[in-house]
Amino acid sequence: MEAATDTADRSTLVSLAVESCVTGLARFMSGASVRWVDCQPDPCQRIYFANHTSHLDVVIVWSSLPREVRRLTRPVAAKDYWTKGWLRRRIAKAYNAMLIDRRSIKVHQSPVDLMLREMGDDHSVIIFPEGGRTDGQRVGDFKSGLYYLCKKRPHLEAVPVYLHNMGRVLPRDEYLPVPLLSSVTFGAPLWLESGESKTDFLARARDAVLRLAPREDD
Amino acid sequence: MAPAQENWAFAATVVCLLGLATLVGRVLRNQTHLGLNPAAVDAFNSRVRSWWLICALLTVAFLSKTITVVLFGLLSFWALREFITLTPTRLSDHRALFWVFFFFTPLQYVLVWLNLYEVYSVLIPVFAFLFIPMRISVAGDPKRFLERASKIQAGLLVCVYCLSYAPAVLYLENPQLSYSSAARLLFLLVILSMLSEAVQHAWSRLYGKHVIAPEINQSRTWEGFLGSSATIALVSAVLFQVGATPFAQLWQAALVGLLIAVMGLAGAMTLSAVKRDRRVQDYGTLVEGHGGVLDRIDALCFAAPVFFHVVRQFVAV
Repeated sequence: MEAATDTADRSTLVSLAVESCVTGLARFMSGASVRWVDCQPDPCQRIYFANHTSHLDVVIVWSSLPREVRRLTRPVAAKDYWTKGWLRRRIAKAYNAMLIDRRSIKVHQSPVDLMLREMGDDHSVIIFPEGGRTDGQRVGDFKSGLYYLCKKRPHLEAVPVYLHNMGRVLPRDEYLPVPLLSSVTFGAPLWLESGESKTDFLARARDAVLRLAPREDD
Repeated sequence: MAPAQENWAFAATVVCLLGLATLVGRVLRNQTHLGLNPAAVDAFNSRVRSWWLICALLTVAFLSKTITVVLFGLLSFWALREFITLTPTRLSDHRALFWVFFFFTPLQYVLVWLNLYEVYSVLIPVFAFLFIPMRISVAGDPKRFLERASKIQAGLLVCVYCLSYAPAVLYLENPQLSYSSAARLLFLLVILSMLSEAVQHAWSRLYGKHVIAPEINQSRTWEGFLGSSATIALVSAVLFQVGATPFAQLWQAALVGLLIAVMGLAGAMTLSAVKRDRRVQDYGTLVEGHGGVLDRIDALCFAAPVFFHVVRQFVAV
């Protein structure tokens, strides 16, 4: 019994160490500043959905949240990617990631149901509804997961998050980051309106993310 | 005077000057009938606050060369970060940027720290200058090639190469030049370049009529420029008279002061032009919550290399 708690303690310690190292490094490299626009940090159940341009995105969104909100927030990540190798498994564990199997999707085991079950009554999630990383030049169309989450649990707040410049800090297919200054902007929460169609809702959600982008003049 | 006494005299002068600037800021804030733009006064006051901070940090220069070099290295790193963030680069510049941030920037400061003048004076203008376009061309993206390459080169030159001459002043050597007078030279550079900004604001407010280039910067006037150049040359000459500078002749001190004021204006105008091109007000406003480092040190970046080379001719050869 004692040995078991000991191992558990050590495992938590390793997780904590991995988490602080990765978070510190990611925050330094991205120089991320955090803005809340028409939205306040709150530990209520939320779905944070963001544009996805970099490996650092998850860490940056997660670490922008205040500590007490962070504890209740779990990033959603692809199982096949995050279970490869010791380090990735460690990182996934340190961030308490919700690993979703993209391959074996069954009727009664849909990712949305899985997520809702894992969320329970107190956890929030961070998702990237574009499905994969984009090149950072534009925000791609959203996959339907966000819609089904909101449909099955209409009281969840869907909070749009815009990540600016992250794609320049660590673009896809690169493993060396360049320390530019980026920003994370949280916007006003959305809810699924009654009778709103899937395409309408997803387009509205995508617009909400895009509206948080700083204006480019040229 | 003994070196310790000289240092105290110098510190007293610095504190007096900063106190004066703070006082001017207070008075301007309360003089509502002058019809001054309150935003400009606030900007001036925040500038003065950052000067206090810079001077407090700079006292380290009297204690340790190494820490001073590290301090300026971090300043360069942050300024370059702001510059490149503002500059539109393409994804294919990523590797070149990595070299710029993690190879050339630290190496430049390590070379300054090792006092290898022959190497650090050519590292960026020759080696980095040639390397950057080569690395971008290897990445294989021809779109706006020359523009991208020269933007990265310019950022590296202004934010890293030019600024690294400021701590290099500490390494100037000659038998008559003690370490504390070299440290005072660095202080002189920083203080005078900041003071020239303040004096220029004051002259522009009082007598400014002819704006130099309204499209670039609306607050810089010819009257402010000429007034501040004369004032700074005078201040530098006074500092020579009280024995706070290591120059041999009065005209040398006055000339150095004049050059700092002129180069300060050059730096501020140049970096304003870059900002106006990208249509931002400050490098800092780009990302809220980060004070724009480059907004504060633009004058210093341009003044430092000129100051170094001129002073080197006067005192160290």
